[in-house]
Amino acid sequence: MKLNGRKIYKGTAKAEAIVTKDGISFYGGVDPDTGTIVEVGHELEGQSITGKVLVFPTGKGSTVGSYTLYRMKKNNMAPAAIVNKQIDTIIAVGCIISEIPCVDKIDIDNIKTGQKLIVNGSEGTIEIID
Amino acid sequence: MKLTTEEQDMLDGKYGKAAQKSMEILTTLGEIFDAECMIDVYGVQIAGVSYANLGEAGLEFLSEMAEDGKVRVLTTLNPAGMDRENWQALGIDKEFAKNQNRAIDAFAKMGIITTCSCTPYLIGNSPHFGQHIAWAESSAVCYSNSVIGARTNREGGPSALASAITGKTPKYGYHLDKNRHGEVLIKVNAPVKGTDEFGVLGKIIGDKLVEIGKKIPYITGIPNATVEELKSFCASIATYGGTALFHMQEITPEYNEYPKPSNITFEINQEDLDKTRKELIDGDIEIDFVSIGCPHASIHEIEKIASLLKGKNVKKEFWITTARPTKRIADEVGYSKIIEDAGAKFAADTCCVVAPIKGRFKGIMVDSAKACYYGRAKNKFKVKIGSVEDCVKEAIK
Repeated sequence: MKLNGRKIYKGTAKAEAIVTKDGISFYGGVDPDTGTIVEVGHELEGQSITGKVLVFPTGKGSTVGSYTLYRMKKNNMAPAAIVNKQIDTIIAVGCIISEIPCVDKIDIDNIKTGQKLIVNGSEGTIEIID
Repeated sequence: MKLTTEEQDMLDGKYGKAAQKSMEILTTLGEIFDAECMIDVYGVQIAGVSYANLGEAGLEFLSEMAEDGKVRVLTTLNPAGMDRENWQALGIDKEFAKNQNRAIDAFAKMGIITTCSCTPYLIGNSPHFGQHIAWAESSAVCYSNSVIGARTNREGGPSALASAITGKTPKYGYHLDKNRHGEVLIKVNAPVKGTDEFGVLGKIIGDKLVEIGKKIPYITGIPNATVEELKSFCASIATYGGTALFHMQEITPEYNEYPKPSNITFEINQEDLDKTRKELIDGDIEIDFVSIGCPHASIHEIEKIASLLKGKNVKKEFWITTARPTKRIADEVGYSKIIEDAGAKFAADTCCVVAPIKGRFKGIMVDSAKACYYGRAKNKFKVKIGSVEDCVKEAIK
């Protein structure tokens, strides 16, 4: 199945999806050294997002979160791609400075954790391949 | 988005890596917010300067941008995590100081004027009415939009830097007339005086705006306000309400520019001011720290503090936080000597919000509603708001 969205940052990635209905605050909510969600009570608390296609509705929290994504990328702990329902400036700027493919305006209810995805940030599309 | 040839060339990398990355940030934000084109900015104010907020990640990003990035417009910095000259006397550790200076050096390499202050408009980064700018620092954004009538969105650290390097910002939000109209009419029925009371008023209105989901208040019933009172009000309403623009009848320059909201949405009376002031005073507070200068103290405020402290002895840790150029004026006219002879300390380039002082004090007294918010949330202090006179009284008690 192919889903059409909006291009936020270019590049392609093929990886497993990890999906949440909760917003994500990268500043304070994610450990940039381990790639693990650490926000208490978050649906993905304790899970690693490294190398996955991270699918969530939208970003939240401090603008410093853009720098957290950048640090994860430098640590090789970043997600392979990001898919949002509605992008916010923190995630958009974070993906641009870290060069992480990113697409928004996707109906994320169609995606399940564990499915393999191809994210095409240059076209703004997502393909679910199993 | 429609780009000029020069903007397209920046995006294509013809102006180097930093300009390309900057243009990627700006065009993406422009697409997200449906901007038609870019506009030129007169100046930039950058936030995310304190190493405590930036961290190693932010510093690495800045260093990468500084490899070939040069700013094209007048650009100044937000407060850093320490006084750049007097950090040891203020109890800042060596490792932090080293890292803070690495960050400031990266900014300097890009041609940024490294005055670290949240009041750029007091020290020469001063746009005039109607000019487009790209500012981060929520209190300064609110001041420039509302009190000066310049135009800026609420930028973050990387987007402000991107505007500095390209001289551009996407044309959306507060840059457009249609988004600058007052939405809520607010009538103040009590006298409001002093930086502390204007901060209290800012909290009342800010909290209310969040509750009703509105952004731009149109305020009536304030007959006059000083620059210092307005800067305190801006800091408070931006902290509690996320407000980037307000109009104040017969005080701010655009109050008559757009149709006024027709009905009074809410009124503020003396009891509201009293009630909110109480919310900014923790009952069981034991004060061991007094700080004035959030936002950074003006020379006028420093003059007042000097006159109150003349010949007195301070018994508690007392910081006056200000911009270094303002401190230099105070040095020249002799206010600094009076203040320092009394035992109070200047903390230039920094403030009680961004310095790494979490848990170092039990209770802080301030004249700023913004400082109350961060004193509690970030530094885990008990807080008490009071007038500048009351703060000085507490310090010498």
